[in-house]
Amino acid sequence: MEAASISHNNFEQCIKCTICTVYCPVLKVNPAFPGPKHGGPDHERLRLKNPEFYDEALKYCLNCKRCEVACPSNVKIGDIIQSARIKHQKKPGKIRDFLLAHTDFMGTMATSFAPLINPVLGLGISKAALDGVLSIDRHRAFPKYTGQKFETWMKKQAETQSRYPEQVSYFHGCYVNYNNPQLGKDLVKIFNALGIGVQMLKNEKCCGVPLISNGYIGKAQKNGKSNLKAIRESVMDKNIPIVASSSSCTFTLRDEYPHLLDIDNTEVREHIEYATRYIYRLFSNPDRIKKLKFTDRKLNVVYHVPCHMKKMGWEIYTIELLKLIPNIKLTTFDSNCCGIAGTYGFKKENYKASQEIGKPLFDMIERSGADYVVSDCETCKWQIDMSTSQTCHHPLSFLAQILTN
Amino acid sequence: MKFDTILIGGGLAGLTCGIQLVGQGKKCLIVSSGQSALHFSSGSFDLLNQVNGEAISNPIEAIDRLSILNPSHPYAKIGKANVVSYARQAKALLERTGVETVGEENKNHFRITPLGILKPTWLSVPDYAVSPDDKALPWKKVSIFNIAGFLDFHPTFICEQFEKMGTQSDILTIDTPELDILRRNPSELRATNISQLFENETAFRNLAGIMRKGRNHSEAIIIPACLGLNGNSISKLSAMIDCPVYMIPTFPPSLAGIRSQRRMMKYFQKSGGYYMLGDVVNNIQIAPDGSFQVTTGNHGDVRFCSSNLVLATGSFFSRGIVALRNKIVEPVMGLDTYSSDDRNEWYAENFFDDQKYQYYGVKTNDTFQVMKEGKVIENFYAAGAILSGFNPLKEGCGSGVSLLTALHIAGQILKK
Repeated sequence: MEAASISHNNFEQCIKCTICTVYCPVLKVNPAFPGPKHGGPDHERLRLKNPEFYDEALKYCLNCKRCEVACPSNVKIGDIIQSARIKHQKKPGKIRDFLLAHTDFMGTMATSFAPLINPVLGLGISKAALDGVLSIDRHRAFPKYTGQKFETWMKKQAETQSRYPEQVSYFHGCYVNYNNPQLGKDLVKIFNALGIGVQMLKNEKCCGVPLISNGYIGKAQKNGKSNLKAIRESVMDKNIPIVASSSSCTFTLRDEYPHLLDIDNTEVREHIEYATRYIYRLFSNPDRIKKLKFTDRKLNVVYHVPCHMKKMGWEIYTIELLKLIPNIKLTTFDSNCCGIAGTYGFKKENYKASQEIGKPLFDMIERSGADYVVSDCETCKWQIDMSTSQTCHHPLSFLAQILTN
Repeated sequence: MKFDTILIGGGLAGLTCGIQLVGQGKKCLIVSSGQSALHFSSGSFDLLNQVNGEAISNPIEAIDRLSILNPSHPYAKIGKANVVSYARQAKALLERTGVETVGEENKNHFRITPLGILKPTWLSVPDYAVSPDDKALPWKKVSIFNIAGFLDFHPTFICEQFEKMGTQSDILTIDTPELDILRRNPSELRATNISQLFENETAFRNLAGIMRKGRNHSEAIIIPACLGLNGNSISKLSAMIDCPVYMIPTFPPSLAGIRSQRRMMKYFQKSGGYYMLGDVVNNIQIAPDGSFQVTTGNHGDVRFCSSNLVLATGSFFSRGIVALRNKIVEPVMGLDTYSSDDRNEWYAENFFDDQKYQYYGVKTNDTFQVMKEGKVIENFYAAGAILSGFNPLKEGCGSGVSLLTALHIAGQILKK
């Protein structure tokens, strides 16, 4: 009876308890946002009656899903809001949003001219121009573009990698490809140390997360379908699982595809892994894990759990992996959003809110006196790098740095 | 992933049991499907307020009578001597986690509801207004301040009730420029957001200034419970204006409840406990050796194994038990429940009567081990609101049952 009378995003199950509003990071700093309860289940009723009830202020939602994690009734509040945005929001028009959303297009352009682009993007005058013309906030530090794409490097490794009897297909994402190929190389180093070869997916496209949040749904669906085809080929035809190093790419491939883009990934979903979870599975074979030898230096490490990692509940795997380090003092911060939310914090209209949301986290990091700050998400890294005196490392890059073999 | 004990449900009972176990070096995992009912808490913890419809002032003295009248009551199963010792342990445990309380197990005091009525209770957080007496308040004159535009607090009701008890009150309004930003969204002007706003020192000083100016020789200042979630406590405010300030609970969300939940959860995690929020247990398998294998929605085929299992998933509200058309079921494992098969017996006509459904929950033996198809499942316990045999509303024993059964179960597990 229940199944028949409840919509696919189950807004009817909201009992108006207000718990989600306590955990919404935006509501605390931006009263223009109607909040998860109103913007989600409450307004959904009205929107079903008449789409004119759609409130453009839903654009302030970070899609962090902390409302969903907190909800005692398992209402998919974040999905309700994102679906409403997809269905009703004004079509994107700003050049800025196009540029921020199309990370692969931007990446391809920028990597070709990286030596020129990086210094130019760092100039005060360029930042002023971006701010004035494109409304990209002038305070924002741009991630550097690489001169050589990860894919280019990876192609040269194909033969060496194919020698390993066990293989994974690596969904590297735009960040590794255009900004931080070193993270991809670190993943290859660690997987190789565990006796696993790494190969690329055929024709990987941007997972779609920046496209979804900027309203380019058609393009996101197109990318999604292409990725799913490549993933199916790897998983179903070759029996090779997928491993990603970005928590948000992982989350999008697994959950946003079916929930927001209407792409059915049922057959392969369980084979799309985040890297630390894949490694965790090898714990059942202690001899194998012993192949990872880490420094015995005393290390004070802070781990910031990204929102999408928290939503998946998978921080436990990164934590267990970090605990393999012999003399680690690990502190986990899991209840604060860093505020950047992908491309959100780049936008001039969101910059202030973005920094206010992140402030409690920045303060905790500054107070921690950590030797290393670690986080799974690339945009959390940008935010922490820019807003604290620390540099944030991906867990795999951190592990690769302290690996002694 | 291997654990000594897996606890399903991360509210008052699950956390209490988990904290007690990790404190003794046991590896514990809590799986919690969203935030708990502590978010609606009054800020007080009740032990026992009524037996058979009669108000009682000393819960401990009443345990014997309760046990004779209702031998399946959780307190009857725990036994009077244990109730006393667990009640003291519970207070100490709360304090260890940073949830300080006032009150004793052998004498109820009185909390003030959001409507200004006095209700008996066992422990209260010290920044909330309480009275030792059920008919009078400790002050002759108070100033009640409300936040301008705050819809979850109603000073007029409180003022009227206070007057009946011989206490005069002025109603005043707090309006600072800092509040303007929150008021732009009146329906989201909530206790927790207000608390965060007053963590700012300037805003906090402004607040103190308004109270100092407006108090007009009152003996105490009453405000809605919207301060001190993280910083800038009530004691600091009292010292700044040289007048005692107390809070009265608001409509939900509950500041004191959220604060208690956060402190207990942090303490549990700091002591080495694993807390998985926003996840649902899909399946529990019992291995031939009697150990448990749990799978969840978030973790797919990754199994969580343990020697003990504690079910603390709450009552109807938290969906620890679910009412179908003609039966009451426990949804995780299909455990035996205590309930009537005749739906007509579930409810009494008058809403305020002793409702039978309140007593429904899972069946357990005297050590709170659950049953399936009439057989006890070894090392599988149920704690808190999911249990049967008591009426938390009528008897005023909900928090007490959660705290005490959790400690009793932890004791059983630690004895092994």
